[in-house]
Amino acid sequence: MRSPDLLRHAWAIASKDLLVELRSRTAILSVAVFVVLVLVVFNFGRDPTAVSNIDLAPSILWVTFTFAAILALNRAFQLELENQALEGLLLAPVDRGSIYLGKLIANLVFVATIECLGVPLVALFFNVPIIPHLGPLVATIALATVGFVAIGTLFSAMTVRTRFAELLLPVLLLPFMILPLSWAALATGRLLAGRPLSEITGWLNMLAVYDLVFVILAVLLFPATVNE
Amino acid sequence: MKMLRVGRWISGLGLVLLAGVYVRALAYTPVEASQGLAQKIFYLHVPAAIWAESAMVLVGLASIVYLFTKDLRLDRFAASSAEVGTVFCAVVLTSGPIWGKPIWGTWWTWDARLTFTLFLFLLYVGYLLLRSAVPDPGARARFSAVLGICGMCEVPFIHLSVYMFPTLHPMPIVLQPGRPKLPGSMLATWLFSLGVFTLLYIGFVVQRYALSYLREQRESHA
Repeated sequence: MRSPDLLRHAWAIASKDLLVELRSRTAILSVAVFVVLVLVVFNFGRDPTAVSNIDLAPSILWVTFTFAAILALNRAFQLELENQALEGLLLAPVDRGSIYLGKLIANLVFVATIECLGVPLVALFFNVPIIPHLGPLVATIALATVGFVAIGTLFSAMTVRTRFAELLLPVLLLPFMILPLSWAALATGRLLAGRPLSEITGWLNMLAVYDLVFVILAVLLFPATVNE
Repeated sequence: MKMLRVGRWISGLGLVLLAGVYVRALAYTPVEASQGLAQKIFYLHVPAAIWAESAMVLVGLASIVYLFTKDLRLDRFAASSAEVGTVFCAVVLTSGPIWGKPIWGTWWTWDARLTFTLFLFLLYVGYLLLRSAVPDPGARARFSAVLGICGMCEVPFIHLSVYMFPTLHPMPIVLQPGRPKLPGSMLATWLFSLGVFTLLYIGFVVQRYALSYLREQRESHA
């Protein structure tokens, strides 16, 4: 398969998913409300006189993104279970890799939308300065998100066809999410504390390597999750 | 079945020799100067940790070959290796705190190495849960192969990460550049223990493999 075709098919699948979501808007609204609720609940779990906002904000940000992403990731292949849509997709003359990439792009857009909502809300609720560090912060979030969404998309293709799909995905995914999350949370903490950029380049490099390894691995392994 | 018997014999021999490791470690190996008797756990903890990680790598390797050959024997091996790896990981996670309490003054700390051993354990548990959640043997083998390969690829990241975080955990003293930094008698005990754990790993995996073979036979006859 030529690579322009691979990307063209991937984009077709992604835009199909995004269009379905745009028309109904149920999933994105539910996850958006979920993000707001998690942030509000966090407010009760802290003592502002004991721990300063700036120390707590990175953890709050990343825990919220973790839960929201898991909710979002379950959706990608759940969509295809209705009316055996997945069988139709697999019968279409497109490469398995482009089906995976299409789902990955749709999931990334979905999770990125939630993150665009989450970051300003954390800044608002917990009074942390994000505008001065916006560039590096966005880079950190983007690098971490690609890594765990890549693995999550792969795993959700398997878990939707098991018993207890909603429960199994987080159980399988969290051990893989924690590494990029821990690096991202450390980098975010340094950024918000106004430390120089050179302190976080190590974490960003690790995130980039992690993304590269797991995106390639997921593209290679995806056919094994759908081929009979 | 012959294989089951062989597995039992190897495991039995391994368990007897494990008692030998205890005797040698307690009676014939010098007490470490700064840590005292607590250091004896090293002879159990480190070989178990080495096999807990190696078992995951073997799961991944068997899974890669399985996806190419679709040979169910490899899937059976991967499942067995994962189960034994879970047990070894549990040994590491229980023996660690017993050492940590007198030496660090705490059972558990969110140190990089402890945390990531816990991840490895959870990875194993997830792998076993996935296997139990897929009824169809073909799909079960494919799904768990995918997870096994991902698990294997995560091990180097876990390892690298340990060097990036500040850690309380003792640094490697046997597997490190240059000569092992410990006296000959301690090294001999440790190598003996590593051999015993290797034997135990092989024995357990062979037994578990034979059991899953028998279970499949029964299912296909039923």
